[in-house]
Amino acid sequence: MEQILLSLLIWLPILGGVAVILIGNSSLALARWASIFIAVVVFIMSIKLYTGFDNSTYMMQFVEQTQWISFFNINYHIGVDGISMPLIILTTFSTVLIIIAGWEVIKKQNAHYMAAFLMMEGLIIGVFSSLDAILFYVFWEASLIPMLLIIGIWGGDNRVYAAIKFFLYTFLGSVCMLIALIYMYNKSGSFSILNMHNLGITATEQAWIFWAFFIAFAVKVPMFPVHTWLPDAHVQAPTGGSVILAAIMLKMGGYGFLRFSLPITPDASLEFSNIIIILSLIAIIYIAFIALVQRDMKKLIAYSSISHMGFVTLGIFALFLAYKPNSAEAALLGLNGAMVQMISHGFISAAMFFIVGVLYDRLHSREIATYGGVINSMPKFTGFAVLFAMANAGLPATSGFVGEFMVILGVLQANIWYAVLAAITLILGAAYTLWMVKRVFFGAITNNEVKTLQDINTREFFILAILALAVLIMGIYPQPVIETINISVENLLQQALNSKL
Amino acid sequence: MKNVYLTIVFAPLLGAIIAGFFGKKLGNKITHNITILFVLISTLMSFYVFNHHVLNQGEVFNQNIYTWMQIGNLDISVGFLVDNLTSIMLVVVSFVSLMVHIYTIGYMHGDEGYTRFFSYISLFTFAMFMLVISNNFMQLFFGWEAVGLVSYLLIGFWHHKESAVQANLKAFLVNRVGDFGFLLGIALILSFSGSLDYAQVFSQLDGMINQQLWGLDLISVACLLLFVGAMGKSAQVPLHVWLPGSMEGPTPISALIHAATMVTAGIFMVSRMSPMFELSDVALTVVMIVGAITALFMGLLGIVQNDIKKIVAYSTLSQLGYMTVALGVSAYSIAIFHLVTHAFFKALLFLAAGSIIVALHHNQDIRKMGGLRKKMPITYWTSLIATLALVGFPGFSGFYSKDMIIEAVHFSQLPYANFAYFAVVLGVFITAFYSFRMLFIVFHGESRLDSDTQKHVRESPLSITFPLVVLAIPSFIIGFLIIEPILFTGWLDNAISVNKDHVAMAELKNLFDSPISMIVHSLQTPPFWFMLGGVIVAWMLCLYRVKWANFLQRKFKAIHYMLDSLYGFDRFNQIVFVDGIKKISNILWKVSDMSLIDKIIVNGAARLTGLTGSIMRNIQTGYIYHYAFFMICSLLIILAWVVIKI
Repeated sequence: MEQILLSLLIWLPILGGVAVILIGNSSLALARWASIFIAVVVFIMSIKLYTGFDNSTYMMQFVEQTQWISFFNINYHIGVDGISMPLIILTTFSTVLIIIAGWEVIKKQNAHYMAAFLMMEGLIIGVFSSLDAILFYVFWEASLIPMLLIIGIWGGDNRVYAAIKFFLYTFLGSVCMLIALIYMYNKSGSFSILNMHNLGITATEQAWIFWAFFIAFAVKVPMFPVHTWLPDAHVQAPTGGSVILAAIMLKMGGYGFLRFSLPITPDASLEFSNIIIILSLIAIIYIAFIALVQRDMKKLIAYSSISHMGFVTLGIFALFLAYKPNSAEAALLGLNGAMVQMISHGFISAAMFFIVGVLYDRLHSREIATYGGVINSMPKFTGFAVLFAMANAGLPATSGFVGEFMVILGVLQANIWYAVLAAITLILGAAYTLWMVKRVFFGAITNNEVKTLQDINTREFFILAILALAVLIMGIYPQPVIETINISVENLLQQALNSKL
Repeated sequence: MKNVYLTIVFAPLLGAIIAGFFGKKLGNKITHNITILFVLISTLMSFYVFNHHVLNQGEVFNQNIYTWMQIGNLDISVGFLVDNLTSIMLVVVSFVSLMVHIYTIGYMHGDEGYTRFFSYISLFTFAMFMLVISNNFMQLFFGWEAVGLVSYLLIGFWHHKESAVQANLKAFLVNRVGDFGFLLGIALILSFSGSLDYAQVFSQLDGMINQQLWGLDLISVACLLLFVGAMGKSAQVPLHVWLPGSMEGPTPISALIHAATMVTAGIFMVSRMSPMFELSDVALTVVMIVGAITALFMGLLGIVQNDIKKIVAYSTLSQLGYMTVALGVSAYSIAIFHLVTHAFFKALLFLAAGSIIVALHHNQDIRKMGGLRKKMPITYWTSLIATLALVGFPGFSGFYSKDMIIEAVHFSQLPYANFAYFAVVLGVFITAFYSFRMLFIVFHGESRLDSDTQKHVRESPLSITFPLVVLAIPSFIIGFLIIEPILFTGWLDNAISVNKDHVAMAELKNLFDSPISMIVHSLQTPPFWFMLGGVIVAWMLCLYRVKWANFLQRKFKAIHYMLDSLYGFDRFNQIVFVDGIKKISNILWKVSDMSLIDKIIVNGAARLTGLTGSIMRNIQTGYIYHYAFFMICSLLIILAWVVIKI
C-alpha cells in the first residue's frame, strides 16, 4: 500500500465525495456516515505517512511517478518531504473535525456539504504532494472550486459577493504563477518542481518569477496589502469553510514560498527579502490593531489569522539576514518556526472558528455585543474558549507560543528592530483576543437569550477536546514535529543560500 | 534526588488536574483534601530539599529533564536547577501555598466555584515551582507566563463582577508589556551566547563585555530588557498599575500570588541573573532608581486608601520596591532575605485582612470597621505581629531584612544612591504610618459597624485562624534565625555572585555582629526613629485626634487629590493607551483597510474592469458594417505606420 499511499490519500476522498453525493440522493443518514467513515479512514492512512517517514533524509518519500501528458512532458509525480507531510496530516485531521462539526448543524443539502469538504481534502493533499508543476497548478486551482461552492451555497447573507471576491482574488494570483511555471518549462523542457529547483536562471528572470510567485502566494497567505478578501470570506463562510480556509488553505501560500520561491529564485528572494519582511511586520502589527476594534467575532479571528500568518512569512524571509556562516541556528529557528507556526495556526484558528461556530449555531449572531456572561450558561465551553484564546495569544505550553517564540528568537539575529516590532504581538495579540473573551464570556449577562444557552454537547466537546490536546501537546513537546521537518528545512536553507548566478 | 524534585513540582499539577476535571463529581471536601494532600507532599519534600541543599551543603543539581526542541546545535530543554536559592524559594512557595490552601477551606466556604478555586491555586503552585526550579530561559518564561495566566484566572474568579474581569484583563496586558521586554531580553541573550541554558549563558559573558548595542554595552541592554519583565511581574513603576486592581480576586490569592510569591518572581529572576547584572552598572542603577521610586511613592498611596486590601496592596508595591532597591545595590541576598520575610508577614497580613472581610460579610472599607480587637482576638494579634514585622520593629523578621536593605543602600556607590537612601528611609516612616493607621482604624477605637453586623461578628473558624497562627511564627522569628546564614555565611554563595567593586555586602559583613546587637544598634539609627514617628503620627491622627486628619486633608488638598488619583497613572493609561489605541485602530480599519485598500483599490479594480467592459460593450454592436469600418480604419493606420517606419 505504501507505493500508492499518497494517491489513495488524494483520490479516496475525491471519489468518496462523489459517492457521498450519490448516496445523499437516497439516504442522508447513510451519506453522513459514509463521509465520516471516509474522513476517518483517510486520516488513519495519513498517519502512515508519519510512522513510515524517514526523518534522516530530505529526499522526497512515498514517491509515485507516471506519465500524464507526454507531449508536454507532464507527469503525475507526487511525493512528500518534511515540509509537506505535516501539512497533509493537518489536512486529514481537520477534515475529520469538520465533518463532525457539520453533522447536525448544516441543514441545507447536508450530503453535498460533506462531499465538498471531502473533495477539497483530496485536492489539497494533491497540492501538498505534487512534484510536477502542472499537476500542482491543477490541484491548486481545483481546490478553489469546492471552497467557492461552500461559501456560495452554505454561506451567510452576503455570500455571493464574498465567494466571487475570494475566487477572483486567488485566481488572479495563481494565473501569474502559471505564467512563471510555463516560462520555466520553456527554458528547461520539464515541469518537474525538483528540476526547477536546480534550474539556472538569471537575476532578471528570477525577479520576474519571484514576483509572479509572490502574487500567487501572498494572496493566499494572505499578506498585507492583498488580505482584504479574507475577512469577507470568513465572515460569509459556514463554520467548516472558515476552518478549512484558516487551517489549511492559508498554509498553501506559506507552502508555496517554501517549495517554489526560496529554492527556485534564491537570489531574488535574498534581494527582496526586506520588502517581504516589512510587509510581514505590517501584517503583524497593523492588522493586530485592526483586529482590536472588530465587532464581529469572525472578522476579529480572521484579522488575527492574518497577523499570525505574518510570522510565517517573517520567519521564512528573515533567514537571509539571520544566517551566519558559522551558525545556522538563527536562520533555522526562523524557518522551523514558520513551519511550526503554520501547523499551530492550523489547530488554533480551527479551534477559534469552531468556538464562534458553536455560539453562532445557538444565537445566530457573530456580534460580540450580542453576548456577555456566556460563562454562566456554558462553563465547559468557556473553559475551552479561554484555553484557545490563550493559545492564540501565544501562551507558553500551547502551540501558539512555539512558532512565535522561534521566529522572534531567530529574527532578532537578523535585525533587532524586526524582533522588537514582531514582539509587539505579545501585547496586541493578548489585547484583542482577551478583550473579546472578556466581552463575550465574562461579565454580567445583558442579553436574556444568553441565559438560555445550552452548554456544548458531546459532539462539540469532542471536537474542542481533540483540538485542545493537539494545541497542548505541541506546546509542551514540539520536538517530534521539529524532528520531522528539520532535515528538509536544513536542506531548504542550503538551497536558499546557494546562489544561482 | 531527581525524583524528589519531580514530585515537588508535579504533585500540585496532579492536584490541579484532579480538582479541575473531577472536582464537581468528587465534592468539595474530597477535592480540597486531595489538593491539600498534594501540596503537603510538595511542602514536606521542599523542606527535605532545603535540608539537603542548604543545611547540609548538598551538591547543586543541574539536569535536563527532556529536550523541548533541538535546532542545529541549539538545545532547548526543560530542566531543573536546584541550588540553595531554588531550595529557599521552594520552601517559601510551598509553605505559603499550603497555608493558603488550608485557609481557602474557610474563606471560600459555600462559594459556587469552590473546587475550581482549589484547582487554580494548585495550578499556580505548579507554575511557580516551574519558574523557580528552571535551569533555562525558555522554562523560566513558561513559568513566568503560567503564573500570569493563573493570576488572570483568579483575579477574574468572580467573573460576574465587571470590575473583576476588567482588572484581570488589565493585569494580563500590563504584564504582557513587561513580557515584551523580557522575551526580547531572552532573544538577545540567545543571540550572543548561542544558548538558553543559564550555566552556558553565564560562561559566555566574558566574551560579550565589549559589544555595543543602542549606545550601550550589550549586557546592559539585555539586563534592562530582562528587568522590564521584572517590572511587569514585580509591579514596579510604571508597570505597577495592575497590582491594586488584582485585589478584585478572592483574598487567599491576594496573599499567595499578589503578595508572597508571584510578584516576587521578578526579584528572584534578577537574583538568578546576578552574574549578568553585576557586569552592568547602568542596569543596576536603573534597577535601584525604579525600586526607590516604587518604594517611596507607592507607599504614599497607601496612606489615603480606605479599602483594607488596597492598603495592603500598596504596601506590597512599596515592599517590592525595597527588594528592587536591594537588587540595584548588588545586595541580592538581602533582596531574597526580604522576599522570604515579606512572604510570611505579608501573606499573614492579607489572610488576616481576609479573616476580617469574611467576618464582616465582604465589607472591605476600613471606615466601616473599628474596635474589632475584642471580637477577633486571634486575627488582631496575628495582624499586630504582621504589622510590626512590616514596619520593621526591632526583633521582628521584617526589621532585619529592611534594616539591611537600608544599610546596603547606604554603602552603595552607584550614582543616585543618595536618592535611593532618602527614599528607603523616608519609606520607613510612611510604612509605619499607613500600617498602623490601618491597624488602629480597624481594630481599635470605636466600632463603626452597622448594628446588624455588630451582633454577628465573631472570630473566624479554625481553618482561617490556623494558617494565621502558623504564619505568625515565621513572621516573628524567621529574620532572627536566618539573617546570619543567608546574608553572611554563605547560604546563597552558590547561586549569587557579586562583583568586587560593589562593596555594600562586604561592608555589611564587616559591620555585622549578631542579630541581638543589631537590635541594640538600631535604636541609634534614623530608620528606628522614623518608624516610631510613623506609629505615633498614625496614633495621633487615627485615634487621638481624628479631627486633625480631616484638617490636614483640607489643608493639603492638592497633595491629597494627587494621592487619591494615584498620580494619574490610570487616567493617563486610559487616555493614551486604551482610548488612543482604539482610536488609531478604528482609523486604520475604516480609512486604510476598508476604504483605501478594499473599497478603492480592490473593489475599484473590479469596478474599473466592469467599467471598461461596459464601454467596450458599446463597440460590440453586432453590425457587420461597424466591424468592417473598424477593420479598414485599423488597416489604414497600420499601413501608414509601416510606411512611415520604412
